[in-house]
Amino acid sequence: MDEIQKKKQATSTHKLGVYLWIWGLLFVLSFFSYLVDWFQFQGLLRHSLILIFMFLKAGLIMAFFMHLYWERYALVSVLLWPMTAVVGFIVLMAAEAKYTVFTRLLYFFIGG
Amino acid sequence: MSDNSLNNLPGGFKGMSHDMGSDQTAFKGAQWGKVMMWIFLLSDTFIFSCFLISYMKGRTSTVVDWPNTSEVFSLHVGGVPVPLLLIAIMTFVLITSSGTMALAVKYGYERNRKMCGWLILATAIGGLTFVGMQVFEWSKLIHEGVRPWENPFGAKQFGSFFFMITGFHGTHVSIGVIFLFIYARKVFRGDFDNAKRGFFTTMKSDYVAIEILGLYWHFVDLVWVFIFAFFYLW
Repeated sequence: MDEIQKKKQATSTHKLGVYLWIWGLLFVLSFFSYLVDWFQFQGLLRHSLILIFMFLKAGLIMAFFMHLYWERYALVSVLLWPMTAVVGFIVLMAAEAKYTVFTRLLYFFIGG
Repeated sequence: MSDNSLNNLPGGFKGMSHDMGSDQTAFKGAQWGKVMMWIFLLSDTFIFSCFLISYMKGRTSTVVDWPNTSEVFSLHVGGVPVPLLLIAIMTFVLITSSGTMALAVKYGYERNRKMCGWLILATAIGGLTFVGMQVFEWSKLIHEGVRPWENPFGAKQFGSFFFMITGFHGTHVSIGVIFLFIYARKVFRGDFDNAKRGFFTTMKSDYVAIEILGLYWHFVDLVWVFIFAFFYLW
């Protein structure tokens, strides 16, 4: 009985250390992303650092705190593939924004 | 979370095609409530994506300089302005509460009732602290003259995006805090140990409910990661 109980526990929960590690990493990454602003990095360096820390944090939260790392791919795929639609939307709206600012500069300042 | 019958199924992408084509439940090993919460969170992701994309479009297309968030959100400590101090503290508070929630889920599955209850309560208090600091931030900015239609720092769109995005996120946190308190009470009362039937449902309570609540709470933290990166730091 004790053996079965133990086995059941081992399969249904994860080790405390996993959570503490991820927790610590999230703190460190948050601190790093704050440092990006503290040191006033600018331009490409700033934006790439912000994105790297953001995706690392988001990935850690989803994989371990939300248990996606342990879920079967059927569920993971249903959740992650729709994100490509969001990426497509971002690309479209980035192009649209460039066009809007172009027309504004043209008509506000240069004059059509 | 996973029962032993799953160990006999193929894993990885092969397992995915097996599960999807099994003519049975597609999401094997995931309780239906958990799948429903994931689907809800997916739709919520689209809502927040639309907010952040419209913010990107608004910020890129304005011909007026965007306010320097590093200065707008600075706090004066002993007369010295510290950039983004409050936002950094809010970030740490939310991550702390996310960690306590993750542990609450773990202890819930281990049927450690007291530990689970206290950790959920700690999570709720963390969330409450976050909302309190957000109220402080909002009133500070409103006092400085920031409105959805104007602000003294730069591009007019700043105010509407700020109130819209952080307000919608704050609403999520507030709803989460309410549910955290309700579930802390349920855990302490022993609903999940005794498989008590719920108020709105005749189904028996199970500790998987704590994992579902945890998914929602981690999602709130997840959204903040993106808001922090794009709205406050960018």
